[in-house]
Amino acid sequence: MSAIAEAIPLSERGPAPTRIVVSFGFWLFLLSDIVIFSALFAAYAVLAQRTAGGPSGAQLFDLKHVFIETCCLLASSFTCGLCVLALERRARTMIYVWAAVTFVLGLSFIALELSEFIGMFSRGINPARSAFLSAFFGLVGTHGIHVTAGLCWLAVMVAQIATLGLRPKVAQRLVCFSLFWHALDLVWIGVFTIVYLGART
Amino acid sequence: MKSQDISQHSEDAPGEHADDPTTTLQSYVIGLGFAIVLTLASFGAAVTHWVWAPGLPVLLAVLAIAQMGVHLVFFLHVSSSPDSVNTVLALAFGIFVVGLVVFGSMIIMANLNDYMMPMEQLMQMQR
Repeated sequence: MSAIAEAIPLSERGPAPTRIVVSFGFWLFLLSDIVIFSALFAAYAVLAQRTAGGPSGAQLFDLKHVFIETCCLLASSFTCGLCVLALERRARTMIYVWAAVTFVLGLSFIALELSEFIGMFSRGINPARSAFLSAFFGLVGTHGIHVTAGLCWLAVMVAQIATLGLRPKVAQRLVCFSLFWHALDLVWIGVFTIVYLGART
Repeated sequence: MKSQDISQHSEDAPGEHADDPTTTLQSYVIGLGFAIVLTLASFGAAVTHWVWAPGLPVLLAVLAIAQMGVHLVFFLHVSSSPDSVNTVLALAFGIFVVGLVVFGSMIIMANLNDYMMPMEQLMQMQR
């Protein structure tokens, strides 16, 4: 913050630059998204014991599987950060490299989750089986859909960088994507703690 | 708008870091280190039986909240600096709403369960 900016009163500084308005607006979107997840978490917390004679969480969940999923998402969050650092240095090749690594890690997360779900469905464990499973598939599935949407977004961003170049608008979008991706990892911390590890307590 | 963009920015946008790249790379690495340790700790505590079982949920909650804090500070770059006061205020409101929804639902549903007729009786009445 410069001394000049300090000297001008807040009321006379005019509108905030687009960069700040866009990021702040996106931050508000992320928070409202987290509020949506909080409703699903609340439903899960209330219904976790209502298994209606069906399988309980402790019988269903394979923690090794979940641990690998967690590692994938955490690593992709880190590489996404490196991608933004490359963007700040305007290093195109490194942006592509880290975006690709982020994409592959995100994709392996989705693949692992999907294989877990398909395994459950093939054993007749579906959302209609019990209230617990409805809440489980609702919560984890919504997170999975978010990650899938994030992957599509990342692919679009790479395409935009390739075609439009690193103009400010595109850079801004990539920063917003990184915020979205980090926020998804934040939600996943809640998911693996409450859903998967919580089943062990 | 143009003149604004040229002038000095008095605020940090969310997720932004004004520092030089070496320190921000450091911040991501530190964040990753903390996150790995906390993840291993929570999985370790849940799988092994080293922790006294009734205390396990509390430990897991503490570890999860710590890791969320690590993510917010080192990955999302939320700081206590006066530049990101709007971001922090919005975050505080978000946390408030999340707490209200989650704990409110849990308290209400636990209460309902306490006052509800036992399930067997209810089933018999419906017959």
